[in-house]
Amino acid sequence: MEYILIFIAAVFVNNVVLAQFLGICPFLGVSKKVETAAGMGAAVTFVLTIATVVTFLVQKYILDAFGLGFMQTISFILIIAALVQMVEIILKKVSPALYQALGVFLPLITTNCCILGVAILVIQKEYNLLESVVYAISTAIGFALALIIFAGVREQLAMTKVPDGMKGTPIALITAGLLAMAFMGFSGIV
Amino acid sequence: MFLSLTIICVVAGAILAGVNMYTTGPIAATKAAALEAAIKAVTPDFDNKPTEQAYMAVTADGDSLKIYPATKDGKFVGAAVESNTKKGFSGEIKVIVGFDAEGKLLNYSVLQHAETPGLGAKMQEWFRADKNKQSVLGRNLADGELKVSKDGGDVDAITAATITSRAFLNAVNRAYSAFAGTDGLTGATASSDNTTKEGGNDNE
Amino acid sequence: MSNLKILMNGIIKENPTFVLLLGMCPTLGTTSSALNGMSMGLATMFVLICSNIVISALKNLIPDMVRIPAFIVVIATFVTVVQMCMEAFVPALYASLGLFIPLIVVNCIVLGRAEAFAAKNGIIPSAIDGLGMGLGFTMALTLLGAVRELLGTGKLFNLTLMPEQYGSLIFVLAPGAFIALGYLVAIVNKLRKA
Repeated sequence: MEYILIFIAAVFVNNVVLAQFLGICPFLGVSKKVETAAGMGAAVTFVLTIATVVTFLVQKYILDAFGLGFMQTISFILIIAALVQMVEIILKKVSPALYQALGVFLPLITTNCCILGVAILVIQKEYNLLESVVYAISTAIGFALALIIFAGVREQLAMTKVPDGMKGTPIALITAGLLAMAFMGFSGIV
Repeated sequence: MFLSLTIICVVAGAILAGVNMYTTGPIAATKAAALEAAIKAVTPDFDNKPTEQAYMAVTADGDSLKIYPATKDGKFVGAAVESNTKKGFSGEIKVIVGFDAEGKLLNYSVLQHAETPGLGAKMQEWFRADKNKQSVLGRNLADGELKVSKDGGDVDAITAATITSRAFLNAVNRAYSAFAGTDGLTGATASSDNTTKEGGNDNE
Repeated sequence: MSNLKILMNGIIKENPTFVLLLGMCPTLGTTSSALNGMSMGLATMFVLICSNIVISALKNLIPDMVRIPAFIVVIATFVTVVQMCMEAFVPALYASLGLFIPLIVVNCIVLGRAEAFAAKNGIIPSAIDGLGMGLGFTMALTLLGAVRELLGTGKLFNLTLMPEQYGSLIFVLAPGAFIALGYLVAIVNKLRKA
């Protein structure tokens, strides 16, 4: 039951993009087509889950154990950067098809703040390992969901007439605002 | 190549260890000062050191909370209870609640929360404002636990933030249950009546 | 390029928020009030200036292959310094900015300026570039925070300018962040063209 609550809260109520403002850059950057949005969503899910597990274990068994809490930010970001590189190399060798689909998004992920954000959040929320994994996957699904919906809206938007000054980013931001408003409707369910 | 990266990492680590050593003291001091100020704000006048006499007490729902007893001239005058709830709208809410020796709620202070600014975040002021049935100050929880009007209680919830209000009252009720359970209050042992209402959020 | 030009470049011509659209997460996440926005901007500016100086000083010592990880370590060090100092001396502010302090590490502006400017220029121009970009970022965040605070709660830097009932709370909440920024970017676009 608790895991279901974490899931619903992370996907709908506290959506990582629309309520917590993490991962806005890819949200605005790779949301022009539904296809690329789905690819990005999948890549983030993949990396976020692995990264959360690794950083969680590092925090518990290295940083906490040796009183190195102040190295958290540095070690986490290095782990994430290294991990993204490794995932890229391994994917290239093991599954060229998957690499074809996700490859272009992987380098972008290091600076996606939702990866580092979630890694730090699960430590702050004092989740255990399983809760952390559930939270990471749910957050990633929330990210993918918001991204795909937003891409769908933007595909339609590309065909409509928009006032000159509003073209591009401004109208995208305002659309995101409306989407965030829609997601606020989920507020009461958890 | 790796040498230079290692050197950079080691230097960075050394710098951080230095800054960490320098700031650990002030961070602990700020936290202790904040806690002491909070205790002072919610309990009656005392002349002991509540933080040094703090103990853990069990709530009716099996959790345990920290209690800071306040005494004056050796006589028990009340206590501050550090309580929390996970039922908040966005994450944990930590409050400190002060009771006098009779179990009357004297004052409270929200220590930590992540509620929505402008809505749930109003709880620091809302439940002490002497307006309608908003205020929880001066209530005695021995008469029954606090509930928002929507749940049949007599506390007005924050406008448009019922979940936060319920969570806040949940934390207060838990604080009382810990306070009452450990203290020789008249008939106020932690009976099942004091159990915080589980699933209180279902009927939103 | 003269130093003044470098400075103005960050503030106006290549304003990181309104023109380059970098660092959107803290821009949206910490601007629920003008004060929060300004503090976030200043914290970022500190990291920007320091990391720009150090990186431009070390640029000849760092092999090209490990350039990016080395930059990240330098940036993360300063971010952690800021984080610990804020926790020690301004705990209230630390609590309200929360997660977004450590996330300065992944703010594209900081790494972007390290790579695009500090790695190619001397120490003094790099410091000035950091100052300019930092000021541009701070001004943008303060402006957005002010707009949201005023429209949302009728206050500005906690001073009540109009009764709270006239405010529309949505601007303090998440959707308001997107919408307010959308209109601000549109206005800046219009002014730049004019």
